[in-house]
Formats: sequence, C-alpha cells, structure tokens
Amino acid sequence: MSTRITVNGEFRLVDAGPDTPLLYVLRNDLGLNGPKFGCGLGQCGACAAIVAGNLVRTCSTLLRDVGNDHVTTLEGLGSLENPHALQKAFIAEQAAQCGYCTNGIIMAAKILLDRNRNPDDEEIKDALAEHLCRCGVHNRVVRAVRRAAVELAR
Amino acid sequence: MTDPVLSRRRFAQGLGIVVATFAWTARSSIGQAPSNLPFSLRNNRKLAGWIRLKPDNSVVIFTGKAELGQGILTALAQIAAEELDVEFDKIQLISADTTHGPDEQYTFGSQSVEQSGAAIRAAGAEARAVLLVAAARRFGVAEAQLKVVAGSVVAPDGRRATYWQIASSEPKLLRREIAANVAPKRPADYRIVGQSIERIDLPAKLTGRASYVQDMRLPGMVFARVVRAPRDRAKLMALDDTAARSVPGLVAVIRDGNFLAVATEREEQAIAARNALASGARWSDDGISLPDTSNLAEELRQLRSETSVVGTAGQTEPVPPGAKRISAEYTRAYVSHGSIGPSCAVALLKNGHMTVWSHTQGAFPLRGDLAEVLGIQNTEVDVIHTPGSGCYGHNGADDVALDAALVARAVPGRPVKLQWMRDDEFAWAPLGPAMTTKVEAALTSEGRIVDWSYDVWSNSHAMRPGQTGGVNLLAAWDLKVPFAKSPPPRIPQPFGDGDRNAVPPYELPRKEIRNHLLLDTPIRNGSFRTLGAHGNVFAIESFMDELAEAAGLDPVAFRLAHLKDPRARAVIEAAAATAGWNAGAKGDGRRGRGFAYSRYKTIGMYAAVVVDVNIDRSSGIVRVARVVIAADIGSVVNPDGARNQLEGGIVQAVSVTLKEQVTFDRRQITSRDWAGYPILTFPEVPSIEVVLINRGDPSLGAGEGSLAPTSAALANAFAHATGHRLRLLPMTPERVKAALA
Repeated sequence: MSTRITVNGEFRLVDAGPDTPLLYVLRNDLGLNGPKFGCGLGQCGACAAIVAGNLVRTCSTLLRDVGNDHVTTLEGLGSLENPHALQKAFIAEQAAQCGYCTNGIIMAAKILLDRNRNPDDEEIKDALAEHLCRCGVHNRVVRAVRRAAVELAR
Repeated sequence: MTDPVLSRRRFAQGLGIVVATFAWTARSSIGQAPSNLPFSLRNNRKLAGWIRLKPDNSVVIFTGKAELGQGILTALAQIAAEELDVEFDKIQLISADTTHGPDEQYTFGSQSVEQSGAAIRAAGAEARAVLLVAAARRFGVAEAQLKVVAGSVVAPDGRRATYWQIASSEPKLLRREIAANVAPKRPADYRIVGQSIERIDLPAKLTGRASYVQDMRLPGMVFARVVRAPRDRAKLMALDDTAARSVPGLVAVIRDGNFLAVATEREEQAIAARNALASGARWSDDGISLPDTSNLAEELRQLRSETSVVGTAGQTEPVPPGAKRISAEYTRAYVSHGSIGPSCAVALLKNGHMTVWSHTQGAFPLRGDLAEVLGIQNTEVDVIHTPGSGCYGHNGADDVALDAALVARAVPGRPVKLQWMRDDEFAWAPLGPAMTTKVEAALTSEGRIVDWSYDVWSNSHAMRPGQTGGVNLLAAWDLKVPFAKSPPPRIPQPFGDGDRNAVPPYELPRKEIRNHLLLDTPIRNGSFRTLGAHGNVFAIESFMDELAEAAGLDPVAFRLAHLKDPRARAVIEAAAATAGWNAGAKGDGRRGRGFAYSRYKTIGMYAAVVVDVNIDRSSGIVRVARVVIAADIGSVVNPDGARNQLEGGIVQAVSVTLKEQVTFDRRQITSRDWAGYPILTFPEVPSIEVVLINRGDPSLGAGEGSLAPTSAALANAFAHATGHRLRLLPMTPERVKAALA
C-alpha cells in the first residue's frame, strides 16, 4: 500500500497505510528524527512539523490527510553542517537541556517568524504556549527566537 | 562478602569513610584504596579505563556518568582537556556503558562533577605526567624543561612529539593503575575549565541527527508496547488476545503472569495491538485503596512507619521560660517527573547475550537487576546508556528497559524498541512521594529561636534498581514467578531520604528532628529531583517566615541572625541586594515578595532565592513575575551550563509549587495525560536572574539546589502579598480562592 508524500522537498513513496499517523511515517519510514513522540494526544507539541505552511501535530495527523501537501521537518530547516538561523540561535543561547521538546518549539518558532518578522517576547511566548518544555529553558528559547529574528532580518 | 551478587547489593558500609559522596554499593577494594583517591577511582583504578589516545589524534574519555540533558559530558570534557592540555575539540566522551566502564553507579544527587569530575581531573593529570616522563626519556631532557602545547610535548630545542606519537611508540604507557599522586593544575592556570563552552551534544539534537534511544533503528527491529493493569496490584483474570493477534504485522503477544506486551513490525501496529490487547484483558478488582486526597496529611500519618531521630541538640537543657511556642503543618502532593518523552528502551537478545540501550541513571545497577530477573549472569547482560528525554530522577527508564528485555527474550535475534505511551508514564513511573511535616518552635521576645521540633512523614524517595533485598523494576513484580520489591534503604544524614534537608541549616541551641519513614506504599514511590529536600525546605523556610513575622522581624535579617556560615550569609546577602530587598515592605494584597535559603543536602550548593508574585484574586491564579537566585556552587566548570541548571530548577519548582499534583481516586491514578497533569507554560514562566558566587571552593553540583528554596520563597511571597499562608502544595487557583475568601 504505497503512498506518495513530499517531505523536505523530496517526493517519497512510503509503504504505509492511509490511517498511519504522519509521525510514524516520518520517523520510521523516512528515518527522520526531528519529530518526537511525546504524548500521542496533540497536547505537548514534541511531534510538530509544518504541513502546507501550517504547524501540525504529526502524532494526530493521518497520512491520508497530508495528500499532496508539502511536509517540512526539523531536518528540512537546516543540517548539522548548514543549520537554519533558528537552530544556530538555539545553540548560541544554549536553549535546550535534554532537547526532546525542542523540535516542536523550533518548528513553531519558524511559523511565527514566517508570519511576524519581529515578534516581541509576549508574542513569542504566546506562539509557544501549546509547547511543553520540562527542563525549564523557556527564557533561553525566547531569547533564541529573538536572536533568530534579528539574524533573519539581516 | 562471598557471594558476588550479594556483595554488589550490599548497602554501603563505605558511607562511613566517604564523607562527601553517597552511593549504594561498597566493594572490599574501597577500604584498601589510598584515602586521597577520588571516590570514582576507588573501584576503577586503571588509567586506560578513563583515558585512551586514539590513532586519529583524539582523546577518548570514559565516564560512568550519563548525559541526562544536564550537560555533564561537556563539563567533563572541559576538565579532561584542561588537565591533559589538549584542545577541547579533541575530546570524545563515552558514558555509562557496562561493556567497558568505568562503573560510577548512578548519575544522581548532583554528584557528577564532584565524582566523575574529580576522577577525570586526577586521571588527566596523571596521564599528562606519564606522557611527560616518556617524552623526557625520548628527548633526553629533564621533565621540568618540557612544556605541553595542545597535546604536543615540546623540548627546549624545539623538538616536539604529540601525545599520540609518544603513545604509539609506547602502547602500554597508560595501562597502569592510577596512583593519584600527581597534583592537578592550579585553578589560576585554567583556560578551559570555567569557560561557558557550548554543549557538545546540542547541535546534533537540534538538527535531527539520531541522538536519543528513541531514534535508534537496528536492522530487523520490531516495535513493542506494554499493556498494564488499570490500577496498581490488580491481577490479570482473563485474556482474550484474538483481536490483538489479528492486528497486521503482529510478531508476538507476550504474557508472563500479569505482564502483557505486544511486538509488531510497525510502530502504529504496536499501538493498535496494545489497544486491542487491553480491550481483551480482564483485571481483578482487588487493587489497594489509595489515600483520600482531601485529607492527605492525615492519611499519610496513618500509614505504618518507622521513626528515627535524624538530628538533635540541647535536649537535656530546658527551654527558656517565657518563650512563645508556634507550630504549623505543611504538606506537598505526589509529583510526577513529566518528562516530555515517555520512557523508551531498545533490547536485543542475540546468542544468549542481552544488550539493552537505555536512558537509565544507573547502567551498572540496572544490569544486575535485569540479569536477576532474566535468570542469567551479569556478564550475559550489557546496558549501554543512550540519551532519552529529560531526566529529573527515577522515572520509567529502568522499568521500560526490563519491559523491552522481556519482549526481546520472546523474539530472539530481533532488536525490540519499546516506548511507553503517555499514560504508562503518568500512571506507572515512580513518583516523588507526597510529604507532610509538623514543626514547632519556641521564640524569645528578642526573636531568637530557642527550641525546634520537627517531624516529617514520607515514603522513601530511593527505590532504584540495584538495591538490596529485592528487585525494583515494575514488570518484575508482575511476572508469573514474581520478584519482591526491595525494601527502602536507610540513608543516613546528611544525604537523607524523605529527611533530606530536614535538619535546619540554622544555629539552634535545642532541636529534635524525627523522620517517619512510611512503610506502606499506596502510590509507587521513587526519586524526584531533590528527594525529600523539596518538602522539607518548603516547610522549614515557610516556617522561618512565620517565626520572623511572629517576632516582628524582617525575614532576611531573621535568617542572618541564626546563621554563622559565611557562604550561607554571602548568598543571602547577594540575593537580597540583587533583588533590591526592602525590609519592611508590605504586600498590597495582590503583589508580594518572598525569600528563602537552603544548602542542598546540608553539604551541597548554597542558594538564596527571592520570588516576586502577582495574584489575581478573582481567578485565584498566581503568577511569578521574577526570580532572583544567588548560588554558591564552589568552583564553576561551565558558568552558562550551571546557570542553565539553576534556571531549569527554578522553572520546575514554580511549576511544582503552583500546579503539580498527581491525582487519584481511591482506586487508581487519574492524571494520565497533560490535561490531568498541567505544568508551567511559556507565558507563565518568570524572568530569572542568577548570581554565581565563586570563592574557589571545591565544585558542588548545580542540578538540584535551586528547586526547594524557590518553592519556599514562592509560598512566602504569597503570604507576604495576601497575609494568608498556603501550607499545602500545589497552590492551585481553588486553594488560593479558598484562602482569600
């Protein structure tokens, strides 16, 4: 049961049923590590990715609902060798401890900066209100998003 | 001491000789080690067990401590690079792996820099000295004439040899016992230690490189899930696995007593099979009765307990006449770890050897318990630490490792990845136990505390694998031939268990502190960051404010009047100065400010915290606007890393204090998702200022000491703002509204 999907700019054929949550397709069929299983309930945000320009919880998005929409994951933003401004900013601010939730936070910040090039702290916090972090790096995350906004505006 | 299994499990006789270190196990070799030997070297004496020079001109450092998200590997790499005089980026870290060691037992208690750091410092200094001696021979000059520049030994005439060249011509150079007789570098000469070097593991984690056990993919791997009872200690009465077996991709349904699991080819199939198997399982209704949460303190005090006096002074002296007696009672709820990623493990049984990749805090202790449950020798099991989601204590990591191993045993030759679902983690991982305390003190008219009486009731916070007298792994208790749970250990002061930090840090002429270790365990208990320190410091520091108020004295001045330790006084004065503490300032009903002080574990880091709150009286919502902490963690290896740990502890403490409680009815835990167990969110996080005081004293761990004083300062700020005191945590909107009504 092959399904076509476009992830990080590439067409891929995956051998997964249409009812498969996107998270498992990304992680297990495509070998991507960015989206993480956190709750499976759409509550924590660790699994977030961008589908058709919108932030989605991949644990509760079915493959059938993705269709021809383009999917972007953390890996699609940048790489170890060529990181995205957000990834660089998170490293510069050391805005992670365990880093497990950071995928969703960076993806949400990407959507925020796509829509608001110069968010203030309150706007950043509001954009991340549905993303849980347990290590307590929230203030560093806010600084990192601000830093990335400055970098992207250059 | 004849049976190796028993001796591994023997509770530390070594506590008597190890002043500043706590560990479970003692081996006979401990007593024979030189007394100046760093703790972690005592059982790991081989220099090459800590440091190897690789042919690619890098240095491999082995540590028994694990990266839990706290940045320990970076700090240890800094120490290694510093002592060896090699460039930081030449250092590679291999951590907590039973296939080679070292065995440093657990990564807990804010001891990693103290223990592994001290060991790597000594090993690094010794390796450098050994290489220098060899270079001196090679060049025919005295060692004193040589210098080391970035891993190269340079002679006065300009001849040079890299460490790797020296080691390749003398391959046995580092294969020696550590003598620990080489003086490490003077802190004044540090170039790398003390710098805020970026975490070595973050770039991979932030760009989606495989970093976590959850990211492991081995050829032929199957996915597994467990099915657990709806409530603790329920028994599996009947099982219809027809539906589960019809799930596509099913590889195995595993049943052993009350332990149930499924394995499938794909992950979503495992979840479907889990749900199908759960529907086909009928469980007994004889689970135990859980405490009535509306009367938690009394319910806890009624459990069977074992009482011991853990601190006493001046009991033969009478209390001065005329002193005013004041008492209060404080309680905190059961607390969940709430790691964002549920626990996960990968296990593989191949040719009779079980390998488990786990985010455990104790690879070696876990190996022992896995071997015992699986009925095989320790040497037939390996545990390799692989990072998981954030670890704040004894979560489900060890339990899921056994779950995965049990599934792997049923599908030999195929790697098994088993991740708990969110409700598995919330309902079954060990919790930070609820605690209740009673404190009474006598106060003179001049505002001196002349008597102090304190009682704490708590289950043990120390129920890890590797302890004596049983097996502390969830599935082990569910097997057809079950294993007994280990009894709680008796951990002496100053470390303590539920009584951690129960002895106040203040100068008290007369005091008695009693620990009531609860023996009945209605809710599964374990280690959550700080163990009992959180509940005790919340109580003691809340009560200090109550006493100050009764004496009509400023809370900061009142504390200073009862403290002599200059490091304690220094953090208190620094926090007050940084926050702009204004003695005599009054709360206005909505805004207030609170103070608290503690020294973690009595012998660990010092912290003083000022918290500013805003209270919405109509909704009952408490917002923390700002937190200032002054901390003395001794010599700081990585200042930004230390700040990150202190900040994280503060955020977690605000969350615990305002929001967190595991909820349950009389039968089972009911908080099984994030809606049922809310934590602090981005808009609710306060601004935080950290002041680090570094007087050059030995390093003290920074991972835990900021939590407890933050909770207490927050409670004090609420009381300061409103004139009402909340003595029951968490400070939920309902409780706030009730207090203000």
